[in-house]
Amino acid sequence: MSTLLEELMQERVRPETEHRILICGGIPCRSLGCRKVQEALDEELQQKGLAGQIPVDVIGCIGDCSQGPSIIVYPEGIVYQKLGPDDARTIVREHIIGGRVVEELLHRDPHSEEIIRKREEMPFYREQTRLVLRNCGVISPHIDDYLKYRGYAALARALAEMTPEEVIDEIKKSGLRGRGGGGFPTGRKWELVHQAHGDEKYVICNADEGDPGAFMDRSILEGDPHSVLEGMIIAGYAVGASRGYIYVRAEYPVALRRCREAIAQAREKKFLGGNILEKGFSFDIEIRTGAGAFVCGEETALISSLHGTRGDPEPKPPFPAQKGLWGKPTLINNVETLANIPLIILHGSHRFTELGTERSPGTKVFALAGKVRHTGLVEVPLGTTLRRIIFDIGGGIPGNKKFKAAQTGGPSGGCLGEEALDIPMDYDSLQEAGSMVGSGGLIILDEDTCMVDLARFYLDFSQDESCGKCTPCRVGSKRLLEILQKITEGKGEERDLETLEQLALLMKNSSLCGLGRAAPNPLLNTLRLFREEYLAHIRERRCPAGVCRSLMRPRINPEICKACGICSRICPSQAITGARGTPYKIDLEKCSDCLRCLEECPFDAITRGGRRLAEAEAMDR
Amino acid sequence: MLPQDQPGIMPGAGKKGNPVPTTGVQEKKLYERLTQALEKYKGKPGVLIAALQEAQEIFGYLPRKAMIHVANELTIPLAEVYSVASFYSLFSTVPAGKTRLEVCMGTACYVKGAEKLLQELQKQCGGSPGKFTSEGRFSVATTRCVGACSAAPVIKIGEELHGEMSPEKLPALLEELTKI
Repeated sequence: MSTLLEELMQERVRPETEHRILICGGIPCRSLGCRKVQEALDEELQQKGLAGQIPVDVIGCIGDCSQGPSIIVYPEGIVYQKLGPDDARTIVREHIIGGRVVEELLHRDPHSEEIIRKREEMPFYREQTRLVLRNCGVISPHIDDYLKYRGYAALARALAEMTPEEVIDEIKKSGLRGRGGGGFPTGRKWELVHQAHGDEKYVICNADEGDPGAFMDRSILEGDPHSVLEGMIIAGYAVGASRGYIYVRAEYPVALRRCREAIAQAREKKFLGGNILEKGFSFDIEIRTGAGAFVCGEETALISSLHGTRGDPEPKPPFPAQKGLWGKPTLINNVETLANIPLIILHGSHRFTELGTERSPGTKVFALAGKVRHTGLVEVPLGTTLRRIIFDIGGGIPGNKKFKAAQTGGPSGGCLGEEALDIPMDYDSLQEAGSMVGSGGLIILDEDTCMVDLARFYLDFSQDESCGKCTPCRVGSKRLLEILQKITEGKGEERDLETLEQLALLMKNSSLCGLGRAAPNPLLNTLRLFREEYLAHIRERRCPAGVCRSLMRPRINPEICKACGICSRICPSQAITGARGTPYKIDLEKCSDCLRCLEECPFDAITRGGRRLAEAEAMDR
Repeated sequence: MLPQDQPGIMPGAGKKGNPVPTTGVQEKKLYERLTQALEKYKGKPGVLIAALQEAQEIFGYLPRKAMIHVANELTIPLAEVYSVASFYSLFSTVPAGKTRLEVCMGTACYVKGAEKLLQELQKQCGGSPGKFTSEGRFSVATTRCVGACSAAPVIKIGEELHGEMSPEKLPALLEELTKI
């Protein structure tokens, strides 16, 4: 744990002395039934006559999502996980009323079998450096809780003791880089907007988290919206803007609601509005919702969408810093970037640069998901190795499977194979390794993931999300997808790989915006790292991971088939035909993939995906 | 091209999006609500997306007539209204089924078997992929990432999310939905 974190912890923790229950209301927990847990808690408290005396609050994501639904019981700070409604009732009876920690409901470390009582004791948290996420899953999103933990202290410091130039200087010195994917130096961006001429300037918070597989922005907005508002207000002060917008994805209804509430609370306490903290600076924030378009994560497309039109990107320059929203200088920062600002202002850039690497200081939140034991948000100093994140924090790959690759950067990024497990995860190293930090999506893949199919998945996504304005992206992504589909259907030819590479490079070099320029990345990267898998699909018509459905159909090997006719008789779909003396055939249109023919063939002549029955079954498991 | 409205089909107002045959009176009421909702946007720049979101909230989808209504009220060319409605994935120009089941197609869900889940769901519901249709009790569709990657794979039903789904859990889920 870093000293900065320790300092933060000491300063912020005001020991809770009374009983209080916090329920994780992150989406995964909700989808695992946290509402029923909440109802049970309320009911039991009501029955015991404690309703209203023990506060029960729903908070943002606690973090270790695979163990949800989770609750924290104060004053002890005991964490209970994987709860059902009955467990919740037991906790009220035993813990709240009886004062005994319910041992049997405590989380057990899967390896050491050791009982874990508090958040800090879990390997998942112990190994993290939670700065941006310092409040997520610890306090409620309400402003009163935020203020208890030094909330808006940074804003006070900026307005009281610093000029806008000094604020910008501090951010520049911190070396903070855009956390949304670009990695552009934040201080430099602020300076550009500060220097630009305009009677009005704007600050936009980009909360259009587009990478399907990243959810840190959602979690920050749901768990700690005020840290983002505070960052925006400081940014407004620094660049000379009086108006801010938060552009939130419409797919995040809870984040949207929490933002609205937070803005209303901040207005009420006069952190927003005219003459903030009586320092003569005025700033207000409005929310705009997106309507579902990946391209709107791109700055110029986002501005088009704020204008109320199609989210079409525009050529740069002019950059939004010069000519953005309504033609005025505009600063666009991502949620996580803004949540870093109060920390830097409050503790100084020198403390910030103690973490991370020289060119990538600070921490980064990764959204750990996929084939890994503990999924959820992981915040670590930039430069931490992938191995540490996956195995020490994430607990490794479940089901005795083998690690295959980690996908970073979503549809614009690439994969890191086993040989990259020990490279430091920072902006430059990942770029060198052929991937990118991106917004921090980190999907772990095991041996059951087909890399060709994954590339097809991302291309399918990019093709669908292409706005269609420029030809290289509109047509290029379509053609790439078609070729990849052909390969996954077992109709590929070797020269297709060359075409793919040529077309991908052309698209990269000539597309108008980041979407088209980055869309071929997952393809190019997997083609380089997993070429043999592409070749297996093409040469052997085989999907080594057993994913591509067209390659996983049953097939009768005519050289082995003795034309006994058993398969034809037992086939429930009557899909197998043949005659004595000639090998039997399967009509795949009729076949329902029940695989009974594989089971019954006495000669093992029928295979699926190039495998006989035992192997095929092993794949399904 | 701007799609024609299906005659006699009008979803019930609100998020449930339950299509019922409409009467002229009901329809008139919905349009009155829309007119009222649009009042605050008049004369302001950059409001088209928000206005269409409200319209979709009222009708459950965007009927042709509603788009024309928005265009007239806000004096924005219909072409522009439709260009926005067709650009963003959250706008739908066809009415929804009674219960919408949306399988999340984010990366984490995908690698954890969302595709298989979708196929199985389609088989069990008899729904067709793609946009919602008014036929049948359930309509099956895919959705963009809902950010519940830790609970992958996820099915979204209305605003409810069901995590850690598997084809084996589907019959129980559908049964529960049928009861409602």
